[in-house]
Amino acid sequence: MTEQQQKVSRADAGSFVAAPQGGAALEAEVLPGLLPAGAAPEGRRASLWSDAWRELRRNPIAIISSLFILLVVLMAVVPGLFTRQDPRACEITLSKLRPSGEHWFGTDNLGCDYFAQTIYGARASISVGVLVTLGTAILGILIGAAAGYYGGIADALLSRASDIVLGIPLVLGAIVILTVIRSRTIFTVALVLMLLYWPTVVRIMRSTVIGTRNMDYVQAAKALGAGNLRVIRRHVLPNAIAPVIVVSTINLGIFIAVEATLSYLGVGLSRPAISWGLMISDAQRLFRSFPHLLLFPGLFLSVTVLSFILLGDAVRDALDPKLR
Amino acid sequence: MGRYVLRRLLQLIPVFIGTTFLIFALVFAIPGDPIRALAGDRPLPAPVQEELRDRYNLDDPLVVQYGKYMANLVQGDFGQDFRGRPVSDIMAERWPITIKLSLAAFAIEIVIGLLAGLLAGLRLGSFIDNVVRISTVVIISIPVFVLGFTLQILLGVKWEIFPVAYNGTFNGLLLPAIVLASLSLAYVARLTRTTLAENLRADYVRTAVAKGLPRRRVVGVHTLRNSLIPVVTFLGVDLGSLMAGAIVTEGIFNIPGIGNQVFRSILSQESTVVVGIVTALVVIYLFSNLIVDILYAVLDPRIRYD
Amino acid sequence: MTQAPAGPAATAAPLDLEEWQPVISGTPLLEVRDLHVEFRTRDGVANAINGVTFYLNAGETLAILGESGSGKSVSAQAIMGIIDSPPGFITKGQLLFQGNDLLKMGPEERRKIRGRRIAMIFQDALSALNPVFTVGYQLAEMYRVHRGMSKADAKKGAIELMDRVRIPLAKERVNDYPHQFSGGMRQRVMIAMAMSLDPDIIIADEPTTALDVTVQAQVMELLAELQAEAQMGLILITHDLGVVADVADRIAVMYAGRIVEQAPIYDIYARPAHPYTEGLLQSIPRLDLKGQDLFAIKGLPPNLMHIPPGCAFNPRCPYSRDICREEVPKLYRVNADRASACYFWKEVIDGAPKR
Repeated sequence: MTEQQQKVSRADAGSFVAAPQGGAALEAEVLPGLLPAGAAPEGRRASLWSDAWRELRRNPIAIISSLFILLVVLMAVVPGLFTRQDPRACEITLSKLRPSGEHWFGTDNLGCDYFAQTIYGARASISVGVLVTLGTAILGILIGAAAGYYGGIADALLSRASDIVLGIPLVLGAIVILTVIRSRTIFTVALVLMLLYWPTVVRIMRSTVIGTRNMDYVQAAKALGAGNLRVIRRHVLPNAIAPVIVVSTINLGIFIAVEATLSYLGVGLSRPAISWGLMISDAQRLFRSFPHLLLFPGLFLSVTVLSFILLGDAVRDALDPKLR
Repeated sequence: MGRYVLRRLLQLIPVFIGTTFLIFALVFAIPGDPIRALAGDRPLPAPVQEELRDRYNLDDPLVVQYGKYMANLVQGDFGQDFRGRPVSDIMAERWPITIKLSLAAFAIEIVIGLLAGLLAGLRLGSFIDNVVRISTVVIISIPVFVLGFTLQILLGVKWEIFPVAYNGTFNGLLLPAIVLASLSLAYVARLTRTTLAENLRADYVRTAVAKGLPRRRVVGVHTLRNSLIPVVTFLGVDLGSLMAGAIVTEGIFNIPGIGNQVFRSILSQESTVVVGIVTALVVIYLFSNLIVDILYAVLDPRIRYD
Repeated sequence: MTQAPAGPAATAAPLDLEEWQPVISGTPLLEVRDLHVEFRTRDGVANAINGVTFYLNAGETLAILGESGSGKSVSAQAIMGIIDSPPGFITKGQLLFQGNDLLKMGPEERRKIRGRRIAMIFQDALSALNPVFTVGYQLAEMYRVHRGMSKADAKKGAIELMDRVRIPLAKERVNDYPHQFSGGMRQRVMIAMAMSLDPDIIIADEPTTALDVTVQAQVMELLAELQAEAQMGLILITHDLGVVADVADRIAVMYAGRIVEQAPIYDIYARPAHPYTEGLLQSIPRLDLKGQDLFAIKGLPPNLMHIPPGCAFNPRCPYSRDICREEVPKLYRVNADRASACYFWKEVIDGAPKR
């Protein structure tokens, strides 16, 4: 269940976030290798990021996943590129048609072209996924870095607040809040999810920042007179950000699934919005005779999530100093 | 160690209060008049509305409402739903089924997940490793409702291996348990695989081999003991969330469990029921986290005296 | 520095070079003959060891000296049989332990020798010891697994071992975990583990590199004492010239997977017979040369996937001539006990220290 997904995406950050209280383990895992790499061949300046990029470029899975993601994003942004049909131009007489030359994915219960629906449905899921991930990532990075670096009372308060919000299971909380909102748009859903999820990202960032700020090169920078902001910007952030990037990439996929789940349960986007989750929910009763109604949105949904997870894995492998 | 536990327990209290208050506020402070929702289309006479309002303290400020609610809670009184049925009765009726389901799922996830992860981790790059890697990633990608739904149709309707919906027997729990376990199983397998592979490369393994220990012992005793730490902690957290009930799975298979109940109550705005159940959930969650933390400290001597 | 003289004489090796044959009485404890080890990776084949020959007698301490990448650790791992294969492969050579070739033995036979007859001490005791088991457990394991002793007896043995390596309060500390010990104490635990079954040979791979200087001295002293007591053979692998001076009987200097000089310890310090050894000695900062620039051998150790033709050291060598770039020098006899893999060892040994 997606409650588990929430906890598990933390666990899956795996080599980055060790354990509930295991701060020491975290340092040992992540940090020794996150220092900018040393000797580079033929004088090329090597750094964690350029090395990671080079490795990603060579990884076939990363490439294929990225291409598919690009495709889906395109579907979300310019659906007109893929289909000329209007997903809302429905003729009840044409309902429940099997896939044909005229309607590539057939039609749904109300006679709307399913291919168009599938294409347009991408927008909901992708948008929510992107919004939530970006929002929590930015929030998480800023707040987590500040809390981890400066510490003090603000940090303590933040931790308490995080604990409290984290006590609410993600999907449950989302359902509770969304039930009362009359017209739920992409933004409302995204906002609700962000409100419930931010502590996780803040925690990850805070952990790595706490580890990084004790590293020798940070002490050295300070000794050379660098101000706090500069130290954070140039030394702490670039190194501590890696786990957040990995987790965010994987989370994009997970939040796409969460949006679909919420829509499936009826508390996601309000009709007449088009969402893969809604399509699947509608397809339930008719699946037996018309499997294509479940197949297409289900397939697109799964493959999209798959692409993000594979990409996230590839990014983690590329950034992981131990595997190089 | 005792002090550590005590400290954590004390830390638990403000978080518990904070979270339950937050939930309370979310549920009760929402727009919409629950009394009207209860009445539906039938208008209730004013005195009845007054009485209901009074019974449910709906006129008091939120904090007071919360306080009264909590006071009752610690005495075991979770309040009543709008039909007057005690919430604790509802929970007592529904939770055992969820527990049975969770335990079944937990068992599946441990056995298959661990096995797959061990096999894959021991033979990195082999055929079985690739099978495990690919299948786990695919399982994770398919949202639970798609997976549940598909399996229900395939195994329940088409091939009739399992009953389509919960029918009161243990058999009826099997397919839902599999669906519920699937996601966690994939994560357990991956985590086990990664941890095992990492530990097999560790320096202490080289030492153990240099000591002339048989391979069986190097892997089975030395590596395993280290690898199990993150896996066990994950399993602990997972059990906690399983107990919280899986809304989607229970819905698809029509299981009268706690997840199903809380979902329906949310939709029908049965605020007391929702708060009651979610509060209990929060307690479970906080406790399972605490136990996991303690477990971690027990398993890993490096972080014993925190 | 002498410049290479021009002319036909420059391209030829001196005519009076003899190949060195070590004079060994009886069967040495360990004899490594012409060992070749390569690592096959995605980016190419790294020739880690290219024809290494040395021997060790009982009661002797042989120091193997070299930089990172010289192949010293790999030699040790080859003897122990713990090279990860793939990607490492022993492609040639013999490892004669008490006359028997280890490379011809089956894995089970070799495992029985490992830990029991030949033991190894690793560099970083914190990562080399299992963090989740007590020190006592890891020590007792040797007795329980190899000698089938009971838990109680094995634990007693563990305490005795800890006493032997002079860990204070052994009885109390036997239930402590590795991270609860200081670096020096942990290294003693490693030594105790290696000594537990009274092996014939102990290989110490950079045992003191991770330690403070004062602790280094203590640990080296301990090793020397234990070795003398038990008359074991000790192979000491290090990159630190200072550490071996008091302990070793003989030294073998390695470079790019080959031994470039073998000699009794004092001879090497006094008059090195190979340009590389000479360079190493010159790099040691000396108090009486205060105020002058520190010396460093110019260049870097070669990439093991692209070892320069001829003598691997030639790009960095102040004595190099054409022949050095063409043919790999063998180990040539300097005297009965000494050898040098340099065509021009005579010049090196005669010359004054260069700057």
